[in-house]
Amino acid sequence: MPIELSFFLEVLVGGLLAGMMYSLVALGFVLIFKASGIFNFAQAAMVLFAAMFIAGMHQRYGVPFWLAIPLTIVLMIGVAWIIERVVLRPLVNQEPIIMFMSTIGIFFALIGFAEMIWGSRSRSLDIGIPQDPIFVGDMLFQSYDLVAGGIALVLVLLLALFAQRTRMGRVLRAVADDHQAAQAVGIRLSTVWVVVWSIAGFVAVVAGVVWGGNLGVQPVMVDVAFKALPVLLLGGLTSIHGAIIAGLIIGAGESLAEVYLGPIIGGGIDNWFAYVIAMAFMVYRPEGMFGEKIIERI
Amino acid sequence: MAEQTGEAAPLLDMQNVEVVYNHVVLVLKGVSLHVREGDIVALLGGNGAGKSTTLKCISGLLTGERGEITRGSLTYDGEDISHMPAPARVERGLSHVMEGRRVFEHLSVEENLMVGSYSRKISGAEALSEIERVYEYFPRLKERRKSTAGYTSGGEQQMLALGRALMAKPRMILLDEPSMGLAPQLVEEIFHIVSRLRKDEKVTFLVAEQNTNVALKHADFGYILENGRVVLYGTGTDLKENADVKEFYLGVGSGEARKSFRNVKHYRRRKRWLA
Repeated sequence: MPIELSFFLEVLVGGLLAGMMYSLVALGFVLIFKASGIFNFAQAAMVLFAAMFIAGMHQRYGVPFWLAIPLTIVLMIGVAWIIERVVLRPLVNQEPIIMFMSTIGIFFALIGFAEMIWGSRSRSLDIGIPQDPIFVGDMLFQSYDLVAGGIALVLVLLLALFAQRTRMGRVLRAVADDHQAAQAVGIRLSTVWVVVWSIAGFVAVVAGVVWGGNLGVQPVMVDVAFKALPVLLLGGLTSIHGAIIAGLIIGAGESLAEVYLGPIIGGGIDNWFAYVIAMAFMVYRPEGMFGEKIIERI
Repeated sequence: MAEQTGEAAPLLDMQNVEVVYNHVVLVLKGVSLHVREGDIVALLGGNGAGKSTTLKCISGLLTGERGEITRGSLTYDGEDISHMPAPARVERGLSHVMEGRRVFEHLSVEENLMVGSYSRKISGAEALSEIERVYEYFPRLKERRKSTAGYTSGGEQQMLALGRALMAKPRMILLDEPSMGLAPQLVEEIFHIVSRLRKDEKVTFLVAEQNTNVALKHADFGYILENGRVVLYGTGTDLKENADVKEFYLGVGSGEARKSFRNVKHYRRRKRWLA
């Protein structure tokens, strides 16, 4: 294999693996948006929140990871329940922008609460995923990226199956279509909301562990989680497979751009290039690549 | 005018109910009506008369629209339901088929029916056999079972909305404007199925309709709403024969130039007396 080609594939695969992680966080946004019409700004904070609890429990009290991770998942379900009770239920039927602003409030409240307990210093989070390089032919891959991408892929597929094939998934899609009609068939919106926020919390735990393991648990994790935003713009806020494919495109696009365009334009291109791809796309298709088509019968 | 008589207490009893939207707009100004088990009751009146609000008030879907009952009582099966959340009413057998069908557009026909059984907590296999029963009433839905509901025709969506409500095994269905936007033949077909459901499944119906003609043909009893008040009520036959109903709702003129309802003195007097 020519050296250029194997280098290209190396960059491409690395980008796709990072993209899987973006897809995963984007799915957290999509699930909540579909079920409640709320754009959950706090999703990124939930990633940091979960990672801080896992790393904090492990380092300060020596809680093993096999216990700390399930405990944090339970904690996230509790957080989902509290958010539904304290924030969403009283605000139901308010304008979407008010709901959105309330999630900004949740964003800072979550981070503030986690910092109050665990302090704001950064911690490492090593759950034992190997960091060794692996050679496939001439190509060099990071084993960590492969494992992380694999975990994200499995989770993404599980979530997609959950939405399409299970009873609760069907209910979530029904609620996404028409809140009032869903209530008319006996669906309790509050139950559905606790379920989706819990799933989003679970996604945040996984993303927090994987990213925290790579970058360390520190406030900058929030920025990485916001990489899900261009994914959402590109894939559409309402589409599960859109989030998956857009995540791959953004991941691959930004690492290719960094390597091939970076030297020409200047470094650090991966920080903003994703947004440029997404915005260019939006001009042509405002609802995103796979955003729910508005069904209109004439 | 015949009083509705019945030894047993009515299944649904609404007394002097007032509904206010957004804390300001008074939409129902003291509506009283009752529905006996096994009857088809028509709720008639023009646009904005308060028909849909009355149904939403009974099913509990007002809260989602910032409406609330400010006065009066609402009893279903002997229980005060005026402050019960909508899903709890569905569990008690009170289902609402909303205006405009409101099917889950991105779900298939069959998935819509599956979701309809949500309140009963039955297994997937049981739900599937229930769906077969619904298909017996609506064979057209079976042909389109895999289609995305949003792309089916208006008539099919109305059937789907009714079928979805049936999946909850209701004792009473609140059916809002089933004729809207449908060809006369389809409207007749839907009302025919309503009559069959009443007979075979013992479902009680409260049907809001602008199409007075069709509704009175199938209804045992009818109420006419105007401006948030009941202005006339009686058995289906009585209402069909009533001169005012003929004049204003059935469009049967008395020969000479149509009267404007403004000029009909006795009508206005009666209206005031009834309201």
